[in-house]
Amino acid sequence: MTEHTTTSSTADSGTPGTGDAALFRPDPGAAPLWRMVLAQAGMELRIMLRHGEQLLLTMVIPVLLLIGFTVTPVLDMGEGARVDVLTPGVLALAVMSTAFTGLAIGTGFERRYGVLKRLGATPLSRFGLLAAKTLAVLAIQAIQAVVLCTVALALGWSPALTSAAVAGALALVLMATAAFSSLALLMAGTLRAEATLAGANLVYVLMLGLGGVLFPTSTFPGPMEQVVAALPITALSSGLRSTLVEGSLPSLGAFVVLAVWATVCALLAARLFRWE
Amino acid sequence: METAAVEVVDLVKRYGAKTAVTGLTFTARRGAVTALLGPNGAGKTSTIEICEGFRHSDGGHVRVLGLDPRADSGALKPRVGVMPQSGGVPTGARAGEWLRLMASFHARPIDPELLLTRLGLTSAANTPFRRLSGGQQQRLSLACAVIGRPELVFLDEPTAGLDPQARMATWDLVTTLREAGVAVILSTHHMEEAERLSDHVIIIDRGAVVAEGTPEALTGGHREVCFSTHARLDTGSLRSALPPGTTVTSTHNGDRHDHVVRPEDPEGAGPEFLAAVTAWCASSGVLAEDLRVRRRTLEDVFLELTGRELRD
Repeated sequence: MTEHTTTSSTADSGTPGTGDAALFRPDPGAAPLWRMVLAQAGMELRIMLRHGEQLLLTMVIPVLLLIGFTVTPVLDMGEGARVDVLTPGVLALAVMSTAFTGLAIGTGFERRYGVLKRLGATPLSRFGLLAAKTLAVLAIQAIQAVVLCTVALALGWSPALTSAAVAGALALVLMATAAFSSLALLMAGTLRAEATLAGANLVYVLMLGLGGVLFPTSTFPGPMEQVVAALPITALSSGLRSTLVEGSLPSLGAFVVLAVWATVCALLAARLFRWE
Repeated sequence: METAAVEVVDLVKRYGAKTAVTGLTFTARRGAVTALLGPNGAGKTSTIEICEGFRHSDGGHVRVLGLDPRADSGALKPRVGVMPQSGGVPTGARAGEWLRLMASFHARPIDPELLLTRLGLTSAANTPFRRLSGGQQQRLSLACAVIGRPELVFLDEPTAGLDPQARMATWDLVTTLREAGVAVILSTHHMEEAERLSDHVIIIDRGAVVAEGTPEALTGGHREVCFSTHARLDTGSLRSALPPGTTVTSTHNGDRHDHVVRPEDPEGAGPEFLAAVTAWCASSGVLAEDLRVRRRTLEDVFLELTGRELRD
């Protein structure tokens, strides 16, 4: 749209009166919201995909766990083919790694480096920024799902694919994404960036160990099984397992656990989040 | 009547028990460059961040383009460009893609490639922000502030830590913005910057305005006589030999004593005044070294108003 003839590129030597004042003549206006959100989501997506440590958590570790524990019989996983039991848990881990760990660390450092504050001075609203982050997280999860399902199918995965089961699994993933993202924003918006980094990795490891990712929590002793059942990762992994192994709908309990986490963390984040 | 670019009346900002801004009042015209000049901790950044809508004030009245920076922030954001003191860009974002992102937030932005060229950033377009030099980071931040063709830009210490070339490029852009009719508010503790760029200088110290005006009005065309000696001077005796109202300011650095002799009348430092100073020196056996008559600079005014002691 610009129709200005500019000085040649060799002329930008910093002498006063370069003569291109017309270029800067005020003509303000905000772009349409959808364009801002798509542009911001694209930027968030590129930064996440470029970030080595994040790719390690979101792609490499889930793929290695899936392959490693399928081909070696080190873990007692209960009944069924190992890959059928493992895949739903690893999918749950992948969802958490992006919606929680990656989002928390990324947002924590954006806050620390004044990026959130700077974006607050642009026409992109806070709602627009959250929408863009959500889109970027969902896009990464779609890539993870494609990669992990391809690997799992190559390893002989045979999921129970009824349309009700797939719909139930998708609903569960969306609800879990809401819960994990709210928890991520709560941490990133209240703690120092380094504390968020350490805390998010610690939570990742704890949830990986306790949350029924590699084996069903039914192998735990009774009281412990009750406690870990309240974790969002357990609700997601066991919900996905019953859906994809047995073809049944996820239990209402799984949705309730995730909805409570999502609501509580979102309310706290909305109240406590500091933009700088 | 068109409203001012920025109007601040009796602004107060506190952080806990500390009052950073204590009843600050100033007006910045549209299409003009206004400098907030003051030492570190004077309240410049607090004032700018309140105008930008980042912080709320604890008292007073602020209007930006006639609007309330917080209540009307949605309407103001497309019209106002902001350059923070540092940061504001994700470390992994490349210079070019970040500027294109900023452009996509606006309806009729400047072509990002053109702006990169204008600011000498073309070769850095594919470099991640963390690998840019300090000067390149500052210029990218400046580009982001102007890409949306704003009516008003806030530049918080735009040349802090820049090398001379980068500083010249920034000064050139500020001059061009002014020609284009953009109102510029910049904060600085760099005298030359304020003196060269600004239509209006507002000197701030300890959270309040201590003087304001055009650079010419502030320096007042005042002439004064300066010289140095190796020993302390009997300033009372010197004053009594000169017209009433003359001031003598002495500072010393080791055994070098610097003296500034200023008549009350701005035009008073003429040939007779100079002769009276040297006559006193002759009769007192004082050798005046580095003797000269000079105009006051903004720096003199600034130091006179804000004091010479070092502060954090």
